[in-house]
Amino acid sequence: MSLLEIRNLSVSFGGPPVVDGLDLSLEAGEVLAVVGESGSGKSVSMLALMGLIDPPGRVSADALRFAGQDLLALTPRARRRIVGKDIAMVFQDPSSALNPSYTVGFQIEEVLRQHLGLRGKAARRRATELLERVEIPAAARRLDAYPHQLSGGMAQRVAIAMAIAGEPRLLIADEPTTALDVTIQAQIMALLLDLQREQDMALLLISHDLAVVAESARRVCVMYAGQAVELGTLPALFEAPAHPYSEALLAAIPQPGQTRLHSLPGMVPGRFDRPAGCLLAPRCPYAQPRCAERPALAPSRLGMVRCFFPLNQEAP
Amino acid sequence: MLAFLLRRLGLLLPTFFGVTLLTFALIRLIPGDPVEVMMGERHLDPQAHAEAMQRLGLDQPLHRQYLAYLGQLMRGDLGQSFRSGESVWAEFTTLFPATLELACAALLLAGVLGVLAGVIAALKRDSWFDRVLMGLSLTGYSMPIFWWGLMLQILVSVGLGWTPVSGRIDLLYDIEPHTGFMLVDSLLSEEDGAFLDALRHLILPAIVLGTIPLAVIARMTRSAMLEVLREDYIRTARAKGLSPARVVFVHGLRNALIPVLTVFGLQVGTLLSGAVLTETIFSWPGIGKWLIESIAARDYPVVQNGILLIAALVILVNFTVDLLYGLVNPRIRHAR
Repeated sequence: MSLLEIRNLSVSFGGPPVVDGLDLSLEAGEVLAVVGESGSGKSVSMLALMGLIDPPGRVSADALRFAGQDLLALTPRARRRIVGKDIAMVFQDPSSALNPSYTVGFQIEEVLRQHLGLRGKAARRRATELLERVEIPAAARRLDAYPHQLSGGMAQRVAIAMAIAGEPRLLIADEPTTALDVTIQAQIMALLLDLQREQDMALLLISHDLAVVAESARRVCVMYAGQAVELGTLPALFEAPAHPYSEALLAAIPQPGQTRLHSLPGMVPGRFDRPAGCLLAPRCPYAQPRCAERPALAPSRLGMVRCFFPLNQEAP
Repeated sequence: MLAFLLRRLGLLLPTFFGVTLLTFALIRLIPGDPVEVMMGERHLDPQAHAEAMQRLGLDQPLHRQYLAYLGQLMRGDLGQSFRSGESVWAEFTTLFPATLELACAALLLAGVLGVLAGVIAALKRDSWFDRVLMGLSLTGYSMPIFWWGLMLQILVSVGLGWTPVSGRIDLLYDIEPHTGFMLVDSLLSEEDGAFLDALRHLILPAIVLGTIPLAVIARMTRSAMLEVLREDYIRTARAKGLSPARVVFVHGLRNALIPVLTVFGLQVGTLLSGAVLTETIFSWPGIGKWLIESIAARDYPVVQNGILLIAALVILVNFTVDLLYGLVNPRIRHAR
């Protein structure tokens, strides 16, 4: 049984869906990356999984199962016992993700009290251990610091400590390094992968940084305009992408000596001007008449792809 | 922190100086003089008038009078009332608890109801509750206090007979003033029903005086809350699996209260000026009513120094709010 099973997840805020029929599954202890540009629905689908989409946003799915439990069938209260404990999330910008009015210790101990029933000295001791675990120097002293007294990298470590406080089986990291300096980025990624291995925790990494993805994930899901367009394993997917969009994404990585970056013509369609057929068709260099129909996600040579004419299908 | 305190204190001197100049000039711009008011204009004997003016030092040129007034202030002497001969300070301290009691009741009402209403309106944004509340608060804010007070008196006191029309307590009760706060003194007096009677006297004036601060605080809380609820740390708090109540009150309201607190401090000034009208309408024996009567009687020392004391109070409250601000907002505390 998969740890996480998402089938046909759709999220809409009135009008066309922002996430459109997403299928995704994740095994315990696995690292999966979801890549795609801004507005492709990666973050929104994960917020839907966390139960953080508010009306007028609407979430529907054929299945949204975590460890065999149907999350959509749970009462809000029962769902909150899972969220923050078994499924935790780290967000993009650590400086705004921490509450400026409370100390680091308060914000970590809050999770320990809520989910593990730890209070007082026991909670404080555990919070110190957590800060030590995320490699914050002088951990005990840092408990009394306020978020504005921390650097971005430190704040992200605190956010990670907060997320692993409930000993989650699934950690969702939403662009965890995007707001940080390059040198710090590598440290934070290393820390996340270290924690993942050590605690046998599944890691779902949302990113648009393919270099980060290549170094960390075993499987990858490429999203475009609210849909998963390709699912595959690494490094195979990067070496032989089946979907034209995956190919374009990889071509956009700057190469030494290159003077112009490759890019697709046009822009990602907004949710009100999506084409009737394949969502990429208007921008796709390989588009054919059949692309006016909407393709389904279908098995390809190495994974799954949403394209009538997948690339790289002949065995090398 | 010390430098901040000193800087703030340094700003106080010119403020006080300005207040003395203003009140001194304004009260003298009103036609008539204290002697005229006391003796009556009609059969005023010029000889007696001149003597009385001389006795009060009002025959001197204005700049002399002003310097004499400043000199008196420097010695810490607030002077005597022309009317009663009592020292201004003694009268102020006798009457002030009544105003303080009324103001506290009004602020309590405005703070508790305003914050609560603002939070609910923000959570239920664009609902009928939100619309009605915002409409009411605009009305409350724009309503003249004296009209609102009279309307409530007519409706609640005269029409429905639920509350007394005026005063602090029924004449039947003989309450020993221990603290000056009628609610406390009536409890101490152990007279049956005195406390409830004092409470019934307090409720209408408190509502009237609290209306404007209530409206302002509700609006401010709503907008601050709306802003805070969009913050990333609210999403983080929810992602921790905390209950909605904890997210809203512990993580949201705490941050939303920072701007509300500033407004709360500023309302104290509004409150004291509102007290002048409210106390007059409800015959509430506080400093507002005292000042109005003193202006009518051209009781220069009372008007000048009474207003100076109120100004000092407003400045003190805002100063305290500034300090509290640092307490509530760790970013400010550390920046100093």
